[in-house]
Parts: sequence; C-alpha cells; structure tokens
Amino acid sequence: MRDDPQANDAPLVELLGISKRYGNLLANDGIDLRIAPGEIHALLGENGAGKSTLVKILYGVIEPSAGEVRWRGTPVEISSPKVARSLGIGMVFQHFSLFEEMTVAENVAVALDGAGFGEVRERLAEVSNGYGLALEPDRHVWTLSAGERQRIEIVRCLLQDPQLIVLDEPTSVLSPQESEKLFDTLGRLAGEGRAILYISHKLEEVRRLCRSATVLRGGKVVATIDPKAKSAREIAALMVGAEVGDVRPHATDDAGEIFLQIQNLSLPSEVVHGRALHDIDLAVRAGEVVGIAGIAGNGQGELFAAISGERLSADAGQIVMGDRAVGRLGIDARRKLGAAFVPEERLGHAAVPGHGLGDNVVLSHHAVGETVRAGFVSFDRARRVAADIIRDFDVRTPGTNAQARKLSGGNLQKFVVGREILRSPKLLVVDQPTWGVDAGAARLIRQALIDLASSGAAVLVISQDLDELFAIADRLAVIHEGRISVTRPAREWTREAVGLEMMGVEPSDAH
Amino acid sequence: MRIELVPRPAPKAWARALAPVAALLVSFAIAGLVIWLLGRSPVAAFNVYLRDPLTDAWSLREMIVKATPLILIAIGLSYCFRANIWNIGAEGQFVMGAVLGSWLALAIHETGAGAWVIWAMMLLGILGGALYGLIPAMLKVRFGVSEILTSLFLVYVAQLFLDYLARGPWRDPRGFNFPQSVTFDAAATLPTLFGTGRVHLGAVFALIAVLVTVVVLGKTLFGYRLRVSGEAPRAARFAGFSQGRTTLLVFAISGGLAGLAGIAEVSGQIRQIIPTISPGYGFTAITVAFLGRLNPLGILAAGLVMALILIGGENAQIMLRLPLDLTVAFQGLVLLCVLSADALVTYRIRIVTAGAHA
Amino acid sequence: MTTFEAILFTIVTASTPLLIAAIGELVAERAGVLNLGVEGMMAMGAVSAFAGAIVFDSTLIGIALGMIAGALMAALFGLVVLGFAANQVGAGLALTILGLGLSGLIGAPFVGARRDPIARFEIPYLSDLPIIGRAVFSQDLFVYFSILLVVAVAFFLMRTRPGLTLRSVGENHASAHSLGLPVLKVRFLAVVFGGVCAGLAGAYLSLVYTRFWAPNMTAGRGWIAVALVVFAAWRPGWALVGAYIFGAATVLQLHAQAAQFGLPSQFLSAVPYLATIIALVILSARRGTVIGAPGSLGLPFVPER
Repeated sequence: MRDDPQANDAPLVELLGISKRYGNLLANDGIDLRIAPGEIHALLGENGAGKSTLVKILYGVIEPSAGEVRWRGTPVEISSPKVARSLGIGMVFQHFSLFEEMTVAENVAVALDGAGFGEVRERLAEVSNGYGLALEPDRHVWTLSAGERQRIEIVRCLLQDPQLIVLDEPTSVLSPQESEKLFDTLGRLAGEGRAILYISHKLEEVRRLCRSATVLRGGKVVATIDPKAKSAREIAALMVGAEVGDVRPHATDDAGEIFLQIQNLSLPSEVVHGRALHDIDLAVRAGEVVGIAGIAGNGQGELFAAISGERLSADAGQIVMGDRAVGRLGIDARRKLGAAFVPEERLGHAAVPGHGLGDNVVLSHHAVGETVRAGFVSFDRARRVAADIIRDFDVRTPGTNAQARKLSGGNLQKFVVGREILRSPKLLVVDQPTWGVDAGAARLIRQALIDLASSGAAVLVISQDLDELFAIADRLAVIHEGRISVTRPAREWTREAVGLEMMGVEPSDAH
Repeated sequence: MRIELVPRPAPKAWARALAPVAALLVSFAIAGLVIWLLGRSPVAAFNVYLRDPLTDAWSLREMIVKATPLILIAIGLSYCFRANIWNIGAEGQFVMGAVLGSWLALAIHETGAGAWVIWAMMLLGILGGALYGLIPAMLKVRFGVSEILTSLFLVYVAQLFLDYLARGPWRDPRGFNFPQSVTFDAAATLPTLFGTGRVHLGAVFALIAVLVTVVVLGKTLFGYRLRVSGEAPRAARFAGFSQGRTTLLVFAISGGLAGLAGIAEVSGQIRQIIPTISPGYGFTAITVAFLGRLNPLGILAAGLVMALILIGGENAQIMLRLPLDLTVAFQGLVLLCVLSADALVTYRIRIVTAGAHA
Repeated sequence: MTTFEAILFTIVTASTPLLIAAIGELVAERAGVLNLGVEGMMAMGAVSAFAGAIVFDSTLIGIALGMIAGALMAALFGLVVLGFAANQVGAGLALTILGLGLSGLIGAPFVGARRDPIARFEIPYLSDLPIIGRAVFSQDLFVYFSILLVVAVAFFLMRTRPGLTLRSVGENHASAHSLGLPVLKVRFLAVVFGGVCAGLAGAYLSLVYTRFWAPNMTAGRGWIAVALVVFAAWRPGWALVGAYIFGAATVLQLHAQAAQFGLPSQFLSAVPYLATIIALVILSARRGTVIGAPGSLGLPFVPER
C-alpha cells in the first residue's frame, strides 16, 4: 500500500521536548515520544502523570507551552483538532465526546469536516460493517451502552482514515469480554499499518497488546520500555516511583449480624435518561466488605442515592439499617443511625469545590458531629476535624482553608473518605472509592476500607475496577441495567463470570 | 482576534472586594461619555448626580428614604441569589405586600383603631409579599417551571391588580374621581424618625435586616446551606439539604422583605394607595444586590449609592433636562460591569490575534 | 372586512413580533446561551427603527437600524457572557434594564410622532380565500418573512452542517470543544442572530403594529418570547404555534375589554401573563423528564488551552 519502503522504520509522529505549564504546575515536562506506523505504543502513567495533557496536545485541543511535533519528519503546528484530523490523527476519548440527544449518524457527521450527510451514512455503514462494529445510525446516543458509545467514537475516528489512532483509557468502561473484542479490532488496525497510541494504567493489557511503551511520572518520561520484557511489578514501580505494596486482606469469617438489608427495592428513573432500579436485594453484614461490580451507567449512582437517602424509597421497609426501616428517612436521619456515605463524584457532590476543607467537613457532619449547635456552625471546630482528617489520612494540602478544588484527585479522595471514616460509622457505602486516584492514595483508601470492616463496620463498595473488588471484597455482586445479581463470596467468582454478569448474560448453569 | 480567559492561580481577596468599586467607576466613565454625546457637560452631571445630593441635608434624608426599600429588597434577594435561585419578581412582591397591608389600613379607616394597626400592617405586608413570592417557588418545586419567568410575569399581574384597586374598589369616593384611596389614619402610618417627616421606621427595619443577615449568612447552618446550594446543588443534596425546601424558604424570605418594603413605603411615605407605588425598586434592588456582592454590609453601601444616583437622576431631570431613563440605563450598565468585574477577578484576559501562539 | 376577519388579521400582526423574537432566542438557546435580554434588545430595536424611519424618512433604513441596534445589544451581551464568562441570567437582566433605559433616552424626541402604515402584499389567489384570505394572505412582508424564518431556521438546525455544529455546541460544549468545534464563536454568532431578530421584532412593533413609539412599549413581549422558547421545547415549529396562541390571547383580551363583559380591564390585561404562566406549568408538568433544554444551556464555558 505504501510507496515508501522505509515507512515502518521512520517514525510517523515524533514529539520533541513537549512541555505544558499551568501556572506553577508543569503538567508535561520535556516529553519525547516517537511512534512508527503499525506500532501499538503504550503511554503509561498514574493518574495525574500528564498522559491526558499530552494526548490533548497531540490532538490540538490544548497548545503546548514549548516543544515540537513532527509528522512524517516535518514539523507541524497542531492548532486545533481539525488540523489533527486533516493530518491523519484520530482520537477516542475516555469520557466520550458524544452528544446524548443526537443520533449516531449526527454524532459521526459533526466531526467529519466537509462531508455531506448522505455520504456520512453510507460510509458509516461501510466502516461499521467492515470492522464488525455494528451501529444503528438513527439511534439516539442516550439509549446506548458504554461499549456501543465507544464503538461510535472508534467508527467516527476510522471514517477519517487516520494513520495514528489515540485511545485514552479505552477499557475503563468495558467488560472483560468487550475489552477482548476491542483488542482484536486494534490488532487488525495495526495490521493495516496504522499506528496506535494506547493510554492506560492497566499493566496486564498493555503487556499483552504493546511492544513498546513510554512511562510518564510527574509529567516527565521516566522510561521507554518493552512491556513484555518487564514484569507488571517492575512497570508499576516505574510508574509510581516506589513500591506500592498490596493491601492486607482481613479474615472473612468474623462477619457478624446483617446491618444493611435491601429488599425488593425498585425506583423509577428520576432524571432524563437515567436508570431505574429493579428488585434490588442485598445484605451487608457487620465486619465484611461487599463489592458491587458493573459497567458505568448501570444504576450504580441510583443505588447509591437510594441507600444514602438522597432519594427516598417507596416503602420504609425496602431499606433496613440495623433494626430500623429507613427507606423513608433522609440522608441525615440515616447518618444518625451510624451510616456514612462517599459518592462517586468528589468535586460538586462529596465536596463543594470552592469551599475550604473545614467548611466541607460541615457537609456531612452537621447532623451528627459537634460542628453545629442550635443552628449555629462552629467553623473553628470544623477546621479542627479537618486537621484530624488531614493528619490521619495523609492528605497533602496547604491547610484546612485550602479550597477542595485545589487538591489533587487522590488527596481530595483521601479527605472525603477520611471525613466519613473518622466518624467510626457502623456502615460505610462508597461509590468508586479510587476512581482517578494515584496508586499510593488508592492503596491507603483500600486499606482504610478493609480496616474499617475489621473493626466491625459493614462496608459496601461500588466499583468499576474488578482488580480493586477482588483485592478488598469478601462478597461480590454485579449490577447490570439496574438489576443486581446474587451476592456470592468473592473467591467463588471468576473474572469471566463477573464479566458475563456485567453484560447481562445469564450464566448457563443458572437455569 | 479572540478573547481568552486564563484562570488566576489565586484570586486576591482585595481584588474581589474592589471589583464592584471598579465596576462603578467604569460605569461612571461610560455614563459620562453618553452625557457628553447628549451635548451636556459630564462635569455638571457629576455635580448634580453625585456631589450636590451629598452636600445638603434634604437630599441626604431623601437618600435614606430611597435606600430603605432598596436595601430591604436587596437583602432578601441576596438569600435567593446566594442559593442560585432567581427571584426577579421582587417588584411584584413589593406591591402585594403593600396591598395586603393597606387592606387593613383601609378597613380600619376612621374606626379609631389603636396603635396595633401599624404593626399588624407590617406583618400583613410581610405575609403578602411572602405568599406572592411562594407562587413561583411552588411552581418551580412542584412542576419544575423556571422561577425566572413566572416571578417576572407575576410582576405585571401585581401591578395590574394594584391599578385595579386604586381605580376601582379602593378609590376614595370623595376623591374627585382621582385614582387614589383615602389617606391612611395616623394609626396606620409608620412613624417617622428624627422629626424629619420623611425618613420613616422602615430605615430601622432595613438596618435590622442587614445585621440579622450578617449573622444568618455568616454563622448559621442556614447560611451555610445557601452557600452550598448555590455552588454545588448535588453536594447540598448529599448534605441532606432539600433543594425544594431551600427554594420555598428563600422565596418566602425575599418575598417577605420585599412585602415589608412595600407596606413601609406606602404607610411611611405615600400614605394612601395609588396606581403606581414603586419607581422600579424591585428591579433596581437586583443591581444593588450584585453591586453589594450579595454581602449584607456591601448591600447596605450599594443601596445608599444607588439611592444617591436615583436622587441625582431626579435632580438632573430638572436641572440638566437629562431624561430619567438615563438612570435606568445606568443601572443596567452597572449590573453588566459588576458581573464582568467578577469574571476578571477569577480570570486574566488574554487577547489572541488570529493564528498567534503564545 | 368582517369583524371576525379583522380580529384574525390583528392576531396575525400581534403574533408576528413574538414569533420573530422567539425564533432568535431559540437559536441562541440551541447554541447554549440563555439571553434574558430580549425585552431590552426589542426595545432598542423598536426605538432605533422608529427614530431611523423618522430621521431618514425611510421605513427600510428604520428596519435596518432596528436590526443593527438589536445586534449591537446582543454583541455587548456576548462580550460579557462569552468573553468574560459572566453569569447569563444576571447579564440578561442587565441587558433588559439597559435596553429599556437607553431606548427611553433615544426615543424622548420622537414621542408623539407617527408613521404611515406600510404596504401590504396580497398574495394572488390565496388572498381571495374565504375568511383567512384577507387576514393571512394580504399582510405586510414581515408576516410572510416570519413564516419563512421559521422554515429556514428549522431547516438550518436539522438539515445543515452549521446547524449540526450549533446544536452540538449547545448540547455539550465540552465534547464540542474536544472535537475542535469553535464553541464561543458559534455561540457569539447565535447570540447576535438572536439580537438581530429581537431588533427586527422591535422594529415591527414601532413601525407596523403601533406606528408610534412610547417608552416601555414592548410591555413584556420580550419576556413572552423567552417563555415561548420553553413552551416550544426548543423547536421552531412549536414556536410558531405558541406565538399565535399568545398573539390570539393578547388580541382577544383587547376585544373583550372593548366589549365590556363587566370584568375589570386590568384583569383582562393580565390574561397574557397568566396564560403564559399556566402554559409553562401545564407543559412542565406533562413533559416530565422527556424533552429537556439543550444540555449546556446557560452554563458558562471557558475553553482550556
């Protein structure tokens, strides 16, 4: 296909000394990276290492403060995504750049510069058939699953016949089986001579898929390696800069009485295109960690809202805490019964972005702690509580007055988890405890959850991260389209079985 | 060419405090330019608008008279705006407070009722404004209707209702067909202060509202609740603060204060019902609230400044033949400048010429 | 013309400015910008058009000036909410107050002046139809233009690439930005289009509907136009239906006042406002969570570069 016989050796794209500065922060610091045609190159790094910044620069979404990009040996200025696309760079975003209220065809057309609508539909059909990526052009995006949405992004990208395809954490929203299918597609694309830049923090899949990898840490390239030649442990050490040890599991047999009992819970969807919950049955005993696996958008947020009391149930008895039916009680009343909650979204849900850490203590402590008396808030007392959390949970912050939005994801997550654990709750419900958090903070948080269960509390962890659930949960269930599977001891589950449940496929022996 | 906003790493507290002052200065400069374009002397206008009223006692008293409703209403609005709830119908709540309070004044007319009347009128004024404010609040909570539109349309309805009362059932039969009610009895008249005959007890109400609000917003869980609701509604829900109850409460508070301002204005100033009782205090108060940065002490200052400009506008109409509409336009200009100044505290402006890369 | 025809005729003329302004606001909102300054832009359009028509003795120049005035007001709004990322609700209110004040200032010398009616165009054959022939098909050019505008905007939004871009920007500005769509530029153009429409609607009020200028003559029509966009669920066709319903409400209450049903005139004058509130309630209650506003409506956007 190619005229140039050297094509496979000469780099397709080269980044030379790319830097990006935000105020005092160097998000990218002199990054060099080269990718050859047909190569699947991994970009590895922890959350906050600068991976997303780098790919946004490559795709022209943000401009670098310094450095040069060469395309087929020629310096280019990628001033916008349009320029990137015309060069032959395609992008599959992690948090999808899709428009919920628009159809598949419209979503594809909007990124295809200059093509007529009829032509778009034709080529859409062509490409999706050609690669086995089935799509219905007239479906609205909000009706589609995460896997289908990613398919739109990939097809949209392929329609531009890109020479370099950038995928940002593509498997974070996929079941193990869906991920396999994606790897097949990627292998095929590389076989056609397209270069792929694969961004991930999942080492196993990188070791399977890629022959070369660039490792970022703190905005700098720390190594360029062949991931197959190194163990996952060695690569992890490169990414983190230190050994991150595993969490210490706790004995599962000392689980006590049931503290949280959910029976026959159904809730209609509340927001536009939200998920309804159907017949949820779940029990969490004192002293155990129960995990709920599932692909994003299958009702996790709704389940969290129902358990926390942000939304009330139809019948009080649908949710029982201790010996109290709490289905009709609000979140504060449930807190008073010893429950504590950590929602998925750190900024704007678990914490007010523009408020200091002290003020943010009041958010979940005003009904139960000592911060409010007779309607008056003692911000001094709140700041003292914040100082305790900062100390006990190793939160790196200039002080208790620092705005929540100024903290890194990991530090803020340690703060919001710590804020609840410090109250010594009898029940802790956490939605995505370590989502987008660096490895050190993730380990600290997971250990804290296990320790809380060991001390006799019931802990419910909702997570998309199967590795995390297998590391900390005593028992596991899977949520799919608002329905929950049976809960079984974690050691009785295989990853494949969880993956099938995540996609709603009944295990064959269930009937 | 385009404008780019670059977030400032740490916005300065003094910059936040000074932003409204800078916005005022810019507004004065632009207004001066307009006056110059109208062929009048900006210097003379400055004297008439800002200097002269501050140098004579009558104008200073007038300033307090006009600042009273502005501050009362704006204090109420600050509860709404802090919670990111948009009550723009304070003008209507002002009118309905005045109407309900005045009903009592007319009902006891010439019955020799005692001193309790005026206090009952104040309570009825608060009640009238609060109930009228609760209409858009209920519609929002119950049906999800935008409170912006409903509260505004209810202003027109309230004004028409007042017009009907003044020309219809409440018209003084011995008033030579003028659209006005009887003059209120002494018992239904708000006492004046300092023997001025103009500055009434409403000024004290305004001051109390300011001080109470300082405490409520700064020290109480309710104040905290408003801050959280305004900035992060989902966090408010997480905290157990019901959005619906917040909406109802702030509308009741702002409606109540607007209603109090209305009945105080009628019983302390006008002393009868006429078809129009407000020169747009309810709308001017929106500018006052933002000019005061939604801070009660800031609103106190902003209310006095805006009152000064209202008086200046009246004087300028007489002395410089500058239309009163200039004052209205100026209020819009100030509001635009204040909102822009807020952004400039948070962001640095970078002008990018086409194709250039920094 | 029979009385019935005359009523129908005035309903059409009363609805036209509402429709034009609502379509302009609809485009701005589909791009994600909530401009509550329609009332102010309309007032400026009305006064500029009237003043221009008197000064230059040309209706055409007047109309052009009305549209320019609306565009300038919108551009000022665009600068504040897009350039400085200021709060859109607050800035929209400010624009209304500014527009009402400025229009009074500009219009003071023209109070009391009158313009002659502008020409009507009878559409051959259609104007001979019974009842609606004279009321609908022998109107002024604005009326035909407003219908054309609805069709053109509907076609633009749903069938053209720039329309798709505009909807994308309003639906999700973060996604649009990461695909390289010029979010702020599209929004600015949409806001200015809204201003031109509001200016034109104002011009129609002062040059055709009343043929004089008076302070505050817009009388809340700009706000009703904003409400119409909500009523129409952001779809041009429904804006047409809504505008005619509210136009009819306005005209019929005027006739009811003239007929003296015994109801106080103020109660009838309140009908359009109350009807708007009731319509919004019914729509919001029935609609539930099915049809929503554009996803990014009213939210400020500061692109990260």
